[in-house]
Amino acid sequence: MSKKNWPLWEVFIRSKNGLSHKHVGSLHAADEEMAVENARDVYCRRSEGVSIWVVKSTDIFASDPGKSEELFETAKNKIYRHPTFYDIPKEIGHM
Amino acid sequence: MTKQEALFEYLLRIGDNSLIMGHRMSEWCGHGPILEQDIALINIALDHIGQAKNWLTLACEVEGKERTEDDLAYHRDVLDFRNLLLVEQPNGNWGDTLVRGFLFDTWNYYFAKALTNSMNTQIADIATKSLKEISYHKNYSADWMVRLGDGTEESHTKMQDALNRLWMYSGELFTMDEVDEIMLKDVIGVDLHLVRKEWDDDVNATLTEATLHRPPDAWMQKGGKTGIHTEHLGYILAEMQFLPRAYPDAKW
Repeated sequence: MSKKNWPLWEVFIRSKNGLSHKHVGSLHAADEEMAVENARDVYCRRSEGVSIWVVKSTDIFASDPGKSEELFETAKNKIYRHPTFYDIPKEIGHM
Repeated sequence: MTKQEALFEYLLRIGDNSLIMGHRMSEWCGHGPILEQDIALINIALDHIGQAKNWLTLACEVEGKERTEDDLAYHRDVLDFRNLLLVEQPNGNWGDTLVRGFLFDTWNYYFAKALTNSMNTQIADIATKSLKEISYHKNYSADWMVRLGDGTEESHTKMQDALNRLWMYSGELFTMDEVDEIMLKDVIGVDLHLVRKEWDDDVNATLTEATLHRPPDAWMQKGGKTGIHTEHLGYILAEMQFLPRAYPDAKW
């Protein structure tokens, strides 16, 4: 048997209609169809989901952790971007 | 044979198919070729064992002798089992397991589908509940047949070898005896000749897609349905029944 691993896939599951897909983990599979079936067996055994997305891990381009200061830190001193300065009418309830 | 006896036999056959198939699949636990497939196989094994519990519980109810489904599963000997010879065949290599699953799952799908129309509502209910799982098993098996049949030269050869080896156990899927006839007459059971037609079409289509050759229908082994088994069943029971036999009072 070949010792070469099948490609790695990232799995996203929608837990119920109306919610967005969330990353739940990764797995190996030969192609996208097998990846969905494997995801069903590995991540949906306890009715966790109603929809599955799979994406090849190599197709994900991630932000550079070394650049986190310039990417994210700058937003921290712009507190006016948070909607904390508005009075929310009671009738609205929790937003 | 009374109708009640025939019904009990009929339920044993269905339940034992699931039980032995489930046990065979469970033997892969921790030995799957890849983690993801190990989990897939065990999911299928658990589906089968869950279905076996439903069928054998109903069998006990019909028998009316205060036996439980555990008594039937763990305290019967080889000659009292009624499963098809096909499902007790050894796991062999990955291809052997897949081909055995493919032949059985395709049959099981059309069999269970026909059972959903049973006049016995309890049988129809269990069949309806099981059909979704069985449908997944059937697709899973067919998918792998095509992947490996139409895969590399080595995978193709292994799948064809497994198919040639197991083909002689496919005839028993469709044999009708007195029990089947009584159940069919009362519209409780299934006409296996009709199942054969659907099975043939489906199996032929998948084999063609998988570039595999359907072996010729030569001598067919049979006997499991009436309690005459291959030597393999005894070894299965030795392992499966060890705990309840050695510790009869053991509790979870």
